[in-house]
Amino acid sequence: MGKIALFLRIRAFPIRKCFRACLTAALFATSITPVCSEESISTARQTELLYLLQQDCGSCHGLTLKGGLGTPLLPENLADKPDDALVEIIMQGLPGTPMPPWRFLLKEQEAAFLVRAMKTGQTLKIEQ
Amino acid sequence: MRSLGKISTFLATAALLISAMANAQADDGLKLRGTGDLGLVIERAHGSIQIIDTTQRAALGRVKGLGDLSHASAVYSRDGRYAYIFGRDGGLSKVDILQRRIAKRVVQSGNSIGGAISQDGSLVAVSNYKPGGVKVFDAATLELVADIPAQASDGSGLSKVVGLADAPGQRFIFSLYNAGEIWIADFSDRGNVKLTKYTDIGELPYDGLITDDGRYYIAGLFGEDGMAMLDLWQPEKGVRRILDGYGRGEEKLPVYKMPHLEGWARAGDVIFLPAVGRHEVLMVAPGSWKEVGRIAVHGQPIFAVARPDGRQVWVNFAHPLNDTVQVIDVPSRKIVHEFKPGKAVLHLEFTPRGEQVWISVRDANRVDVYDTESFARLQTLPAQKPSGIFLTARANRIGL
Repeated sequence: MGKIALFLRIRAFPIRKCFRACLTAALFATSITPVCSEESISTARQTELLYLLQQDCGSCHGLTLKGGLGTPLLPENLADKPDDALVEIIMQGLPGTPMPPWRFLLKEQEAAFLVRAMKTGQTLKIEQ
Repeated sequence: MRSLGKISTFLATAALLISAMANAQADDGLKLRGTGDLGLVIERAHGSIQIIDTTQRAALGRVKGLGDLSHASAVYSRDGRYAYIFGRDGGLSKVDILQRRIAKRVVQSGNSIGGAISQDGSLVAVSNYKPGGVKVFDAATLELVADIPAQASDGSGLSKVVGLADAPGQRFIFSLYNAGEIWIADFSDRGNVKLTKYTDIGELPYDGLITDDGRYYIAGLFGEDGMAMLDLWQPEKGVRRILDGYGRGEEKLPVYKMPHLEGWARAGDVIFLPAVGRHEVLMVAPGSWKEVGRIAVHGQPIFAVARPDGRQVWVNFAHPLNDTVQVIDVPSRKIVHEFKPGKAVLHLEFTPRGEQVWISVRDANRVDVYDTESFARLQTLPAQKPSGIFLTARANRIGL
């Protein structure tokens, strides 16, 4: 069981908030490079977003984002695409394809966080 | 007397040896037993499966090393001993359900989406996204028998393949997602595979199903308000559009997860199908293929599965309403039960005669077992990010 499981256990049985925040920070410090430009997105929400990326975006783009019915979303696939265009695709969807608009579920800055996470390969790691 | 004593010592030793051997066999999972009440649960993020026993309502063990199992599915050998697991990473694994180990494994493409086993159980077919096409393997050895690239008829290149199903007559039928085509590959003569192609069947077929009598193949269309249907008893009539305009031209809701047609529900004289981009289950009369009604449900349905006796249809839903399950009573067409097993209910599987349903709750890392009459929860088992649940009874059903 990896860090994710540890984190989920913490979420399932919330202890003291600060304790949880410390552990979350530790999680980010060890497995994921800290993201500095998203002060307004809490670390807990950042983890939720990365989980969404892996599990729910992953249902079309693959758990490892290497593609499926949807296109691959690995750093090398996105490197030459501007951030704001990618944010636009996430928020508005791609008409004529199954890519849905996520604006009903995500804020723009959360989409921007996901774009940077994808471009830098900051996905949640799950031990096999 | 001495020789009698010798004989009894010998017998006692032999008995000990035999019981030791039996124990060793039990340890190997080789204790004599059938597989009819066994099944497997995909643990999608961990590349593993759990073998489950629906009589004991227990997990028997885990098999690891199956690769990327996001969107993985499985079919069974006709003796119910082996499961063929189709992984997202192109891995095709043959798992011995009794010994709980991988018997054979090949990585046959870069990216695949599911598969089927032939009518006689001798061939396993896999549908691939990349490179787009179908590969067919010998079920015993997993040696490649045929490679069918899904070259679009309009020259636009290879298409992703979805909705692969087995059809009577040793055939496989599947849809070309990008090209909008349905193909039939006839393997009745292994050395001379015959392909039949139907073009312009509609935009973006995202999944397909075959009815349990093996007669009708239906492809859901993401790019259009309708479905494509082929009558395999009258293939010369071609692909027909059914349920045309079921969305009545209204704008679809955003679809955060594609519905699945496999596990479609035929109950009584009606087939229940999940609508795309609508909070509705559609009811269609097979044969005429006219809509006979629709039922408003909690969210966008993913699976609408009939209990084996056809009395109930159980429905789960797309993100973000995926914590709920609803039960439709077929005669009254009313929702008679609703409950929330937890976040991300991904799949439902009935036991062969329908007294239990097994439900995977991904985010809770749980598989729950419910009684389908009382709706009481009978068991809950830990599982790591469980998704598909596949019981061996599928070995005996067309299209599963």
